[in-house]
Amino acid sequence: MGTTVAPQRPEATLGGGGGNIPAEGFGDSGPGGFSPGAGRSVYRTGMWLALVAVTMLFVAFTSAYIVRSGISDDWQPIAIPSILWANTVLLVLSSLTLERTRRALKRGLREAVNWWVSVTAILGVAFLAGQLLAWNQLSSQGIYLTTNPSSSFFYLLTGAHGLHLLGGVLALLYITVEAWRYRLGPGNRTVVEVTAIYWHFMDGLWIYILCLLLFWR
Amino acid sequence: MAEAAASAAVHHEAPQGFIRKYIFSYDHKIIGIQYYLLALVAVFVGMGLSLFMRLRLAWPNAELPFGVGVMTPETYLALMTMHGTLMVFFVLTTAPQGGFGNYFLPIQIGAADMAFPFLNMLSFWVTFLALLVMLAAFFVTGGAPISGWTAYPPLSAVGEVAGPGLGTGQTLWIVSLAIFCGGALMSALNFIATTLDMRAKGMSLMRMPLTVWTWFVTAILGLLAFAVLLAGGVLLILDRTAGTSFFIPGGLVISEQILSHKGGSPLLWQHLFWFFGHPEVYIAILPGMGVTSQILSTFARKPIFGYRAMVYAILGIGFLGFFVWGHHMFISGMSPYSAIAFSVLTMAIGVPSAIKTFNWLGTLWGGSIRFTTPMLYAIGFVSLFVTGGLTGIFLGQPALDLYFHDTYFVVGHFHMIMGVAAIFGIFAATYYWFPKMFGRMMNDTMGKVHFCFTFIGVYAIFMPMHFLGMAGHPRRYPDTTSVDFLAALDPVHLFITIAAIITISAQFLFLINLLWSYFRGAKADINPWHSTTLEWTVSSPPPHDNFGGKEPIVYRGAYEYGKPDAPEDYVMQTAPD
Repeated sequence: MGTTVAPQRPEATLGGGGGNIPAEGFGDSGPGGFSPGAGRSVYRTGMWLALVAVTMLFVAFTSAYIVRSGISDDWQPIAIPSILWANTVLLVLSSLTLERTRRALKRGLREAVNWWVSVTAILGVAFLAGQLLAWNQLSSQGIYLTTNPSSSFFYLLTGAHGLHLLGGVLALLYITVEAWRYRLGPGNRTVVEVTAIYWHFMDGLWIYILCLLLFWR
Repeated sequence: MAEAAASAAVHHEAPQGFIRKYIFSYDHKIIGIQYYLLALVAVFVGMGLSLFMRLRLAWPNAELPFGVGVMTPETYLALMTMHGTLMVFFVLTTAPQGGFGNYFLPIQIGAADMAFPFLNMLSFWVTFLALLVMLAAFFVTGGAPISGWTAYPPLSAVGEVAGPGLGTGQTLWIVSLAIFCGGALMSALNFIATTLDMRAKGMSLMRMPLTVWTWFVTAILGLLAFAVLLAGGVLLILDRTAGTSFFIPGGLVISEQILSHKGGSPLLWQHLFWFFGHPEVYIAILPGMGVTSQILSTFARKPIFGYRAMVYAILGIGFLGFFVWGHHMFISGMSPYSAIAFSVLTMAIGVPSAIKTFNWLGTLWGGSIRFTTPMLYAIGFVSLFVTGGLTGIFLGQPALDLYFHDTYFVVGHFHMIMGVAAIFGIFAATYYWFPKMFGRMMNDTMGKVHFCFTFIGVYAIFMPMHFLGMAGHPRRYPDTTSVDFLAALDPVHLFITIAAIITISAQFLFLINLLWSYFRGAKADINPWHSTTLEWTVSSPPPHDNFGGKEPIVYRGAYEYGKPDAPEDYVMQTAPD
């Protein structure tokens, strides 16, 4: 096990933060505060707040889904494309590998970090590709966005989730590149922490959407 | 020394170039001024639109200037839609929060900047983009949309077939709002994180100025509400451009065309919209409440009456604001049981509102009041808040609302409480903080004349509207000529229009005062009003990082005025025991 210690940048610029903004987001500045180092937690706060907003977005979509399915006489539930199960497995695995990444980072096992984070990023990309395949499957059956309210919501929910996940994938790719360059200083560790929160949340959100599509037909 | 060097490393240095300093600035103070200027442009455009609407109502057949000619009913509706949208989103949401909140929240809690300066800059430019997209709706084929600021489907969803402006204009409108939501969400996130994590040593939550409390709670409302509007906006965009049927019911025949949509629910939009729309009222008014508290206390030379009660009232208003959206929909065919629930919750908001009003009066009671211009506007705010609030109790009763709904009574009500009261909050804040922002005092005489015209003017405009509504005058009618029972009300319309012309003219006095004071105003010292909060401990305008790299230490609450044993009659928050 090569326990390579990465050269740490002395005053690493902080990056990362809220929403699905690419990880180098909040570039030049520290978190405006006076005492150095005290500002790390603000990025975690920011991420949780962003997730509150994401939650509200999907709460609104959910209530629209329930109302629209309840009032209409034209709702025909669509069959869930089978590939979604494989995608779900990929996404759950990616959460596990991301945890392995964090644990390795904490122990300073840099080689392991590089591999685990790469695997996580690949799984994330694979999930997105799988979602596109699911769309492909549906459209080849003649089920499009406007075919039925149920299919409208299927495309809407998977699309909105996919866009959010894309933000997470971009952050993972950034971390992967930085990891292989051995540049995971304190600033980038914050990026890892914050991205992990986001990624797990997106994982949970996907499970929730899947349950909604399965059980509220 | 080492400490100073370390803290300097965390900071962004003051940028040198013009573009980094004034255009794409990370500095919350510059961004605050940018938001304020954006709102200033939007408010004058919005006010101009309302002037044209008033002209049309008073003289339906008159040739109007600027190529409008004799205004068509459709043009009237387009002006009305854009007036409402510009005012609600780009004035009432941006100036009090994005403008003054951005400028003063970090200083008042003793921080060098917002938690995420880059995100802050992004919020402003996204909002600016939204404004451009919105204004672009005027210049496309068909012109601006005619569906009102609430954009109820199916009218807003079915496209050009239903009328001019409902094609490209309406699409630009909804896209602009979706962009605006993005900016508002980023900004809200930043405000909350800043308030939670960036307070200086000793600045406990219960020592924060009430302005900070209101900006904080407003940001929470924004974070929760704008996400829901964004969801509704996405659905509306899909209905308009992708052919889905979320909001469009089946069997619609418009202009002799059968629409292919089916099964959607227009009420679904109303629920999503008002779930955002009611908290939006508090997003507009809460910062004004904070400013009013700050100013009343300062110029009555008394501590704010019942500080804790004020904080709980702010939290109560914010919390209850999420459970009353149904009172906008009493006539939508809603179950009377739901209506009663929404009505009771609406009445419940009267309790924290009354607490606030009581405490404002309690603050004034027995104070040695200094009638400066900001003080006059703060007192005006209380007056308008009471007037507009009381009519809200009428509208919150389902039985009365069946009659009042969509009449001028509603127009009078929401202009009083959400429009003019919030604008008075902005005026009060401008006169109060201008010396700190630009280092010069505003002209007090001009300010007082401006206040007199505006205060009497807005009552002259909006009070009669309540009577129009009681007489059964529906809102959104471009003229009264073709409706017999409304003809008798024409003199009232004429009176309102004349009052509006005078009041609008008086606003140029404000503009002149801003410009004149910026260049020629008397130099302001550090603390011209003898206030106690942190922004009055630093130079006017404050340096780039607010406190010159030193963290202020806070020893006391924000409103220690009228201390009998103090050398002056006030004690700064930074004064040690």
